[in-house]
Amino acid sequence: MSTVLSAAGELTSTSTGEAVTFWILAPVAVLAALGMILVRSAVHSALLLVANLFCVAVFYLLQQAPFLGFVQIIVYAGAIMVLFLFVLMLVGVDSSDSLVETIRGQRLGAVIFGLGFAGLLVFPIGSAIDGVHGNGLATANTGGNVQAIGRLLFSQYVFVFEAVSALLVVAAIGTMVLGHRERDAGGPVGQREWMRRRFTEGRQVTPLPGPGVFARHDSADTLGLLPGGGHASGIGGIEGSDDGPALAGAGKGDEQ
Amino acid sequence: MNPANYLILAALLFTIGTAGVLVRRNAIVVFMSIELMLNASNLTLVTFSRLHGTLDGQVMAFFVMVVAAAEVVIGLAIILSIFRTRRSASVDDVNLLKY
Repeated sequence: MSTVLSAAGELTSTSTGEAVTFWILAPVAVLAALGMILVRSAVHSALLLVANLFCVAVFYLLQQAPFLGFVQIIVYAGAIMVLFLFVLMLVGVDSSDSLVETIRGQRLGAVIFGLGFAGLLVFPIGSAIDGVHGNGLATANTGGNVQAIGRLLFSQYVFVFEAVSALLVVAAIGTMVLGHRERDAGGPVGQREWMRRRFTEGRQVTPLPGPGVFARHDSADTLGLLPGGGHASGIGGIEGSDDGPALAGAGKGDEQ
Repeated sequence: MNPANYLILAALLFTIGTAGVLVRRNAIVVFMSIELMLNASNLTLVTFSRLHGTLDGQVMAFFVMVVAAAEVVIGLAIILSIFRTRRSASVDDVNLLKY
């Protein structure tokens, strides 16, 4: 490909192989993008976006940008999409879009806007690029694309490079701050502490009745389970919540 | 093939991304649409880099990628923290400032 491009030093038309690849992959990219915004499931959207990103990566490779093509595959299709899928799984896969329009006519408006925007972009570009000829990157890429980009990054754009690295550090710290959740302080609570809490807070002192066993016993240490779901007070009577202060908490279970 | 045809493709992808941001209600899919728009602009930068015969466009596309990665990380963290408090990832449910 580069031999074709560098032959005249000017690039008026691409090679046949590049044209074939473009005409095969461009519809795939557009259809994947359209599918991404049309399917309901968010996971399907993510997978279609991966397809689109791979197509764009191939376009980078075709346009003599091998470094960007592989970075696209590694960073976008690898890291960023994995991040997307992680968050999708955390949020819940079944959280598909609601089909209720909160603003009336929003979809129709979006379609009209999209068509108008596409026309506004595509037709002027289409007329402007008629008979355009480029230079090609054959001279700029001599000695390797990665080496040339690295030379630019660390000489002309070194300040931007440093700023961007600071941005990455800030983003990482910001994510940690946003994602951090304050856990309940203190370790596990022991038996002694539980008993102290039960008495001081006036809660049920004895263990609650096991599930599925109705009032075969009804005493202070083995409560009876009532048909309604609550449990008996444990002082003989099934009802009876008008007890002394020590057992007042036991009666509370009846309302459960 | 005209080498500038990539520009038309990038314009189409950008338009689809815009429509996705307008139409979808799921915040994560809105984010994916923004990614699509960033990719379309990257494709434009790479194409112009090739047409001009210099590598500055590719360097710019590289920076756009870095910024996009930072933006995705922060945005997804925000979506997650909203999901923790509101139990929803829909952009319609984030309406506390409305009233």
